[in-house]
Amino acid sequence: MSFNLQESFNKMNEGDVLLAYKGSITTELITNVLEVIESKLDDINTVSAVKKKVYNVLVESLQNLFHHIDDIPDEIQEEFDARFGVLVISKEPDGYRISTGNFIRTSKVQQLKEKIDKINTLTREELKDMYKFVLNHQKLSAKGGGGLGLIDIAKKTGNKMEYEFHNYNEEFYFFHLDVFISELKN
Amino acid sequence: MDPIIIEGTPKTPSVKFDSKQGLIEIKGRSIPENSIEFYKPLVDWLEQYAAEPAQKTNVNINLEYFNTSSSKCILDIFKKLEAIYKAKNEVIVNWHYEEDDEDMLEAGEDYESIIRIPFKMIEVED
Repeated sequence: MSFNLQESFNKMNEGDVLLAYKGSITTELITNVLEVIESKLDDINTVSAVKKKVYNVLVESLQNLFHHIDDIPDEIQEEFDARFGVLVISKEPDGYRISTGNFIRTSKVQQLKEKIDKINTLTREELKDMYKFVLNHQKLSAKGGGGLGLIDIAKKTGNKMEYEFHNYNEEFYFFHLDVFISELKN
Repeated sequence: MDPIIIEGTPKTPSVKFDSKQGLIEIKGRSIPENSIEFYKPLVDWLEQYAAEPAQKTNVNINLEYFNTSSSKCILDIFKKLEAIYKAKNEVIVNWHYEEDDEDMLEAGEDYESIIRIPFKMIEVED
């Protein structure tokens, strides 16, 4: 096995971590994480506009996880919870980083990679147009996902999304996504 | 028509739909994982209301946060209101945003450019 999940999680945990979690991504977990982060952002006196951005982007990141998590590989089912995902929120000198990770089926990797690459090339205006187009033309999935999460994250942060796909086995990759919310922006 | 009155929760907004007053109000946070469950009854109510709307419908949207799942449902709400407006009834959307929340102002402008009803942008203090 070339990819070590624990090692990857440890690496995500470097820096000033506000919250780190690995386990099942459920509705209750999302509610709890949002509550904890909101009060931590208040404690460290985050500027209201930045706080709102962090909160918004966190909501989309968590709900992306929630809607898109695949089953996990058979051989680690005893080791990990169903709907397994990882989440680390950390404070950096010039902003906040939200890192998420989840298993994804190999068949979906290419499409997701292309989607992120495409979004990363778009200007603010193009993102705005794409957001409006998808909002107006794409139906919500039965699970309530709208295909807007990544576009919204890119639009709100103004930063490029960073990602890695780690090959786990033939069937699965581990997908790691990093988004950054800058603190100083005019 | 019976009004809809729903208390807010940490993930869903408070709602007041009153046909007699011509009042449509959504306030607070709208960040549920599955927004259809929450919004479907509201859209259905508006469908009925559209058959016999008040002379003037005042729409107050005052959201602190909403997620992308909700954004589609909110568009569905606006589309119902647009139909009422197109049938020559008065409809005004008061879109509230906190003074430093440019994203929320922009979200209002996005809807305004998709939906053909008059929007009034209202800045509120934090």
